Amino acid sequence: MMFDWRWDFTWEILPRLISATANTLLAAGAGYGIAIVLGLVLALSQRTPYRLLTLVVREFVEFIRSTPLVLQIFFVFFVGPQIGIRLSPWTSGMIAIGLHYSAYLSEVYRGGLNSVPVGQWEACSALSLSTRKTYWRIIIPQALPACFAGMGNYLVGILKDTPMLSVIGVAELMHTANAIGSESYRFLEPYTLVGIIFLLVSLPTAGLVRISEMWVRRKLGVY
Amino acid sequence: MEDMSRYPLQLEGADVPMVSFKNVTKAYGSLTVLENLDLDIREGEMVSVIGPSGSGKTTVLRMLMLERIQQGVIYVNGKPITHMEKNGGLVPADDKYLRKAREPIGMCFQHFNLFPHMTALQNCMEGPVQVLGMSKRAARERSEDLLELVGMIDKKDQHPSRLSGGQQQRVAIARALAMRPKVMLFDEVTSALDPEVIGEVTNVIKKLVAEHNLTMLMVTHQMGFAKDISDRVCFFFGGKIEEQGPPEQLFDHPQKERTQQFLSAVKSAD
Ligand SMILES: Nc1ncnc2c1ncn2[C@@H]1O[C@H](COP(=O)(O)OP(=O)(O)OP(=O)(O)O)[C@@H](O)[C@H]1O
Ligand SMILES: [Mg+2]
Repeated sequence: MMFDWRWDFTWEILPRLISATANTLLAAGAGYGIAIVLGLVLALSQRTPYRLLTLVVREFVEFIRSTPLVLQIFFVFFVGPQIGIRLSPWTSGMIAIGLHYSAYLSEVYRGGLNSVPVGQWEACSALSLSTRKTYWRIIIPQALPACFAGMGNYLVGILKDTPMLSVIGVAELMHTANAIGSESYRFLEPYTLVGIIFLLVSLPTAGLVRISEMWVRRKLGVY
Repeated sequence: MEDMSRYPLQLEGADVPMVSFKNVTKAYGSLTVLENLDLDIREGEMVSVIGPSGSGKTTVLRMLMLERIQQGVIYVNGKPITHMEKNGGLVPADDKYLRKAREPIGMCFQHFNLFPHMTALQNCMEGPVQVLGMSKRAARERSEDLLELVGMIDKKDQHPSRLSGGQQQRVAIARALAMRPKVMLFDEVTSALDPEVIGEVTNVIKKLVAEHNLTMLMVTHQMGFAKDISDRVCFFFGGKIEEQGPPEQLFDHPQKERTQQFLSAVKSAD
């Protein structure tokens, strides 16, 4: 039999997969939260007058971007304990995926910040606005719309990368589907369902990103 | 390092200039843009700066606002703004001192540089609230008065993207004035404007000259306007003041050959 779909089995495993979806969303949300904040820190610290800091951060970002996420996950989880840092799968996973995406988001922010015309900086300096206020009140709000497309792509990206966390035993969707498969020797239904669930989550996410971009642009009066 | 002891810690006396450049040199890398500039501007004086492209006109203004200098000292109202006092001598100012020292100076730019995500009124209130620490209410009152002065009060709730160039420039002037500057800098504020709206901006500047005791330094390509309203005109050439004097003298009886060449080139271009 090539294609043997069992509906009773499908209904039986659906609740388990749905509750695992919550974990997937939680992992993606928390990882993204870390990445958004840390990415901004990485982007801003490359704009300080301290050359050495800029250089170190730049190299760090390059390093993160040119090594695989799965390696970084293993690294935090397995190498951590050897140097005395013992973290749960969840914590290690969030650190690794947050760090990984913060490197990518920092590049998005960097592009956005650079897209703000130099005249805006000059106007701030002519008003004697402090550096902090210049960033928060003038530069970042204008950089944001230019960052939105990139930020949205990486939100979908981080969602699709959460299955990597299954390698260290985070009970997200993929991990749960694998577990069902090895218990029942049936893989068709769990993997198909996982695919459908990812589709159902990603599509509206992309739409929501577009809507919120338009909303922010309108709110800021920049088009 | 330059010997700073030749510069006074403060300018004192009966008629201290509002702005005083003392032996100022500015370079970008190996390119010296201004050399040993000495220029004093009296309180309430309107000084125009003219000259060929690349002669350093913008740089003169930028040194008062945005740039560090390689040599010399700039004083505003008798106090050094490029340097601060330390152990009885002058040392290059740090960022915090610079920002404070430059507070009495306002600047308007060729491309307006309004904040696009704020309305005209919010643009004007930004400095008073965020820098001077004024209450929103007081800042709003002050800003509305200034928008009234520049004739932009009916557009106060519009974002810059909805305003014409001339209107944006008038808001930009109001925004600078909201900081109650003692010195105003204008860098080719009409150059990016359509000919038919230049008048609305020059009229505002004329009004400031007539009714307010502001010290102004204005870079312009509009010779007629400069002649009309300036107390003094400085012709820049190659990073130096080639010639300066009252407008009638400089425009009608220029002494130096380069000034004559420049003025006749400008006249034939018009
Ligand atoms: N940030 C900078 N870095 C390097 N060189 C600069 C910079 N700003 C200005 N210059 C150079 O300094 C010289 C003087 O420039 P400045 O802008 O003061 O000229 P200007 O008289 O205002 O000319 P224009 O009429 O074209 O505005 C020019 O040769 C210019 O190329
Ligand atoms: Mg210029």
